[in-house]
Amino acid sequence: MKQRSTLPPTEELKTKSLRIVPPSGLGVWLTGLTAAAMSFLAVFAMALALTAGLVAQNWSSELQGRATIRILPSNENSAQQLDMLLQILAQTPGILKAQPLDSATQTALLAPWLGDDIPFDALPLPQLLDVTYAGERYDFEGLRLRLAAELPDAIIDDHMQFRGPILAAAQQLRWLGYGALGLILSVTAMMVVLAANAALAANGTVIKVLQLVGATDRYIVRAFVRRFALRAFLGACFGCLCAVLALHYMPKVAENSGFLRAFGFVQGQWIWPVALPFFVAGIAYIATRWAGYRKLKELI
Amino acid sequence: MIAFEQVAYSYGGTATLSDVTVQIASGSFHFLTGPSGSGKSTFLKLCYADLVPSLGRVSVFDQDTHALIRDDLPQMRRRIGVVHQECQFIEHLSVIDNVILPLTVAGRAALPKDVTDLLNWVGLSSVVGMTPAALSGGERQRVALARAVITSPEIILADEPTGNVDWEMSLRLLTLLVELNKMGKTIVVATHDLNLIRTVKAQVAARVLRIKDGRVLLAGADL
Repeated sequence: MKQRSTLPPTEELKTKSLRIVPPSGLGVWLTGLTAAAMSFLAVFAMALALTAGLVAQNWSSELQGRATIRILPSNENSAQQLDMLLQILAQTPGILKAQPLDSATQTALLAPWLGDDIPFDALPLPQLLDVTYAGERYDFEGLRLRLAAELPDAIIDDHMQFRGPILAAAQQLRWLGYGALGLILSVTAMMVVLAANAALAANGTVIKVLQLVGATDRYIVRAFVRRFALRAFLGACFGCLCAVLALHYMPKVAENSGFLRAFGFVQGQWIWPVALPFFVAGIAYIATRWAGYRKLKELI
Repeated sequence: MIAFEQVAYSYGGTATLSDVTVQIASGSFHFLTGPSGSGKSTFLKLCYADLVPSLGRVSVFDQDTHALIRDDLPQMRRRIGVVHQECQFIEHLSVIDNVILPLTVAGRAALPKDVTDLLNWVGLSSVVGMTPAALSGGERQRVALARAVITSPEIILADEPTGNVDWEMSLRLLTLLVELNKMGKTIVVATHDLNLIRTVKAQVAARVLRIKDGRVLLAGADL
């Protein structure tokens, strides 16, 4: 309860008008806390969506443009079959490269599944070819039919059977992340509306006084909006910071897991957690503004 | 300046005012008297469009308050200073911030010299940094009066401004209102204190309106 013998300068008198909404209160406090918690969750949802998208893109690009042809072991001369296959591939438009795998490479591929102590040389293994093609000029179905007619022991696989479900799952995971993000931001908006309504109801006297002295609805709403947007922004900054730290210090228990190893943000994606507090403040601005005008119309 | 034409107002079906026709001229001083619950506050609220009449028409500054659009209300209220018995303030703001609030919301700068003069006039220059909660009843009334007049409004409406203060302070507050009237302001004071009215009538040519059974009548020579 300090006393002043002199008045503050004009500039100070003007700027104090920004504090017409009480600096504390359940509504304002709740907004900050909600913004922090929701931003924390939103960063994780965002990371999930972006990581799933990135993983799907990586898997897709790794397998895109490549096919495998295997020549099943048979009574035919395998060297002749291989020559014939290479000729067919050479005549096929869009095939950029066809590379037969040597026995060491094939053994290395099978070892994780069958073990090292298997006599691979004694087994009737198929001959594998790694084929690289240019997607737009390559007719998979045409090649498959030609091989079936001219070289029935050769079977082509463009990995779609393996790649398709995984890509679909990754895409679904990505949309799940975006959906969670949308829900989190919607709930944030709803919580801010509830908090703003509570604050407007709790500050009925403040509003009454402001109306009495000639404040416009715009002025009153702006005072509340400013307070709520600022608290939401600060809360969101704190929530985002905590989430980013949590991502950074997340245990690297799955170094060999492509997905978990990539979970988080890379390069330009960091703009999203940085932009999130501004976005949350924008949501708080719109939500409080809407609640404010609605409440003022109820009061008169 | 303020005109009531066959105005009626009812709260939930109970008529508080009925068939009220009154003209309050610019620069006049009016007392509004009547027992508690007679409708004095309702009359004043109709004047600054906090209420709109159930029937009839209230004109302030030649504008029908019922026809005012929402954005026009604040403009009208900036031309009217209101002092309530309860003296509602923004309690977390200091006295000075409450006093300059009408200027702040109007986007006008508060000149420190003018504010100092005003606070000296109401005898509050020593409490500017306090919050309203720390003030006595009389000080709160004077802060409310300072807030009501800081924009130099054309009309000042005071609803039981002396309800919570002693006789000496009541006279002091009324003297301030008389001074404002002498500056050309239109003053309407609602009070049930007839002794106060009689005392003040010696200082200013005031008319007394009495509310009885929902009707507003010009009081006789006894007042």
